[in-house]
Amino acid sequence: MAQVQTNEPARIFNMYKKMLLIRAFEEAAAENFHAGNVRGSVHQYIGEEAIAVGICENLRNDDLLTSYHRGHGHSIAKGADPRAMMLELFGRVGGTSGGKGGSMHIADFSVGMLGANGVIADGCTISVGAAQAIKLLKQDKIIVNFIGDGGINRGPFMEALNWAKVYELPVLFVCENNQIAATTTTKTVTAGDGIEARAKSYGIPAITIDGNDLLLVDRTAARIVDEIRAGSGPQLIQAMTYRLKGHYAHDEALYRNPSEVESALKNEPMPRTETWLKDQGVSIEEIEKAKDEAKKLMANYVSDAHEAPWPDISDAFTDVQDVGSPAEGTNL
Amino acid sequence: MTKMTYAEAARLALKEEMERDSTVWALGEDLGFEGGMGGQYKDLQAEFGIDRIVDTPISEATIMGAAIGAALAGTRPIAELRFSDFAMCAVDELVNQAAKARYMFGGQARVPMIARMPIGIRGGIAAQHSQSPEAWYTHVPGLVVVTPATPADNRGLLKAAIRCDDPVVYMEHKGLWGTEGEVEENDSHPIPLGIARKVVTGNDLTIVTWSAMVDIVEKAALSLADEGISVEVIDLRTLWPWDRDSVFSSVKKTGRLMVVHEAVQVGGFGAEITSEVSEHLFSMLKAPVKRMGGARIPIPFSIPLEAAYMISKEQIINKSKSFFS
Ligand SMILES: Cc1ncc(C[n+]2csc(CCOP(=O)(O)OP(=O)(O)O)c2C)c(N)n1
Ligand SMILES: [Mg+2]
Repeated sequence: MAQVQTNEPARIFNMYKKMLLIRAFEEAAAENFHAGNVRGSVHQYIGEEAIAVGICENLRNDDLLTSYHRGHGHSIAKGADPRAMMLELFGRVGGTSGGKGGSMHIADFSVGMLGANGVIADGCTISVGAAQAIKLLKQDKIIVNFIGDGGINRGPFMEALNWAKVYELPVLFVCENNQIAATTTTKTVTAGDGIEARAKSYGIPAITIDGNDLLLVDRTAARIVDEIRAGSGPQLIQAMTYRLKGHYAHDEALYRNPSEVESALKNEPMPRTETWLKDQGVSIEEIEKAKDEAKKLMANYVSDAHEAPWPDISDAFTDVQDVGSPAEGTNL
Repeated sequence: MTKMTYAEAARLALKEEMERDSTVWALGEDLGFEGGMGGQYKDLQAEFGIDRIVDTPISEATIMGAAIGAALAGTRPIAELRFSDFAMCAVDELVNQAAKARYMFGGQARVPMIARMPIGIRGGIAAQHSQSPEAWYTHVPGLVVVTPATPADNRGLLKAAIRCDDPVVYMEHKGLWGTEGEVEENDSHPIPLGIARKVVTGNDLTIVTWSAMVDIVEKAALSLADEGISVEVIDLRTLWPWDRDSVFSSVKKTGRLMVVHEAVQVGGFGAEITSEVSEHLFSMLKAPVKRMGGARIPIPFSIPLEAAYMISKEQIINKSKSFFS
């Protein structure tokens, strides 16, 4: 069932609003990290928003998604509640995991978001298994696995590609190629012709696109998601992008050439989408209003997070396991 | 004596060993520019070149496997896994290959490598970045397990680990990178593996501990001294082999033993020490042995929940007092 492609401005404007929400979330997350309100690691998705939104806009609520350490954008795009996510970053009651997981473990199973992940490429094999389950249960869902360009050098990624193809599983691998892994330029540690070639060597259809082009991501995802749902087997999209911030909020990314960052800023997805919207007749006022709304919304979530209660100590001892769960306050 | 951080001391040790022995080298992610998570490899790539401080792809199984191969083929590699949590991506290589090669091949093979994998809670990095699985590796014949607690020990023990001809699981604590301590720069001797350090001398109670808990136990012992309880604190330094002689002679003196570790209490290495003491020194014990370890829960993110996992100075004081009430 091919989806009719309508890049009508209203629809794209809606997607743009989601991108704004992600951007505002990431800015608030980093701000509150620096203010000492959010602990741990905060990996910002700033500059990569068009990928998550362009892909997830083409998914159903019951489609599944696995993510990696940079998972805030994927979660919001899939429909997770950003307020609950902010509360999670603050470690409070009402957070997506009640404060147990934090930034690297955002999950919202009610929208098929099966979890961000602290261990690189572990989402790949989990996705293969979820796809086996989809098949066994005779569902028409698909699963999307997001992975970074650095992650493709872990064995589980290669194992997952092979397996997904052997069993023609409904998996869409989306490699977000921001060209860097922490402080290492990925191409200095990656052999061969890249991610697309690697997927194709397993017989998996793969395509490389400009991941900062929202319309292109949307169009590509619309086609591929339909194909996978119709039984094409696994496919891979390599979305080229750029990590505009440090690896995490406490990394200033001084190892990068400032001119590289400067030119990347010109190519980032927000202004590009804005320009397109303006060309389509969306007014500057409407765009500015959307930006303000996202910021205001986020400011509200942050103040909610400040006010939300801390979890009760007893919560530390729940949801460990059924048989053999520790009694509260004991070490057993 | 020079003041140095735990990370700086480790860096000094590695630098000295790399200067001493040209077959010593390290491999891992982000070692060059970043210089390791705590700066423990800082600028060493510039000094020794990209063939001795090797930046690897994100490929843990191969980082560990390659170190084994390189050790079998005549060098002394340090496999840097960044977090003991990620080292779990390469447990097979460590346990099935590194630990067993010497034995399976009838003594033909030696595996002089280090599997370097920081442990512990640093605050807010949750279930997949905070674990302390040191006990797992004490269970594997063939492996040496080292858990340094101070800058001086991180220098001396790392040197000993590098010179060790068997595979060493070297577990620094992530919470200690920035801790300062005195290091004798002129004394570049390794600290022998398997020798504990007496941190505080006392007569009423022996507390055996290691890694980041040493500092907390020491503070608890000082507070207890003010209340008239004389605690002897032993930093085990090496979990395998562990210094039975030091622990046994201390327990013979005090008649009481408690083991404290950050790792989950159930199945923790404290169980091994307390049961050895119970088996062999039962008649000398004035009270049953005690253990303190983390709750058997994944390490939670939120501050109060994480605190519920951790062992505080107050808890150590209270449990110590319970020996005498
Ligand atoms: C198995 C494993 N090894 C190492 C790490 C440490 N680490 C966290 S993020 C990162 C870089 C990841 O780069 P990439 O996959 O390109 O994702 P990006 O951060 O660029 O989004 C590394 C090495 C980890 N989390 N898991
Ligand atoms: Mg990357």
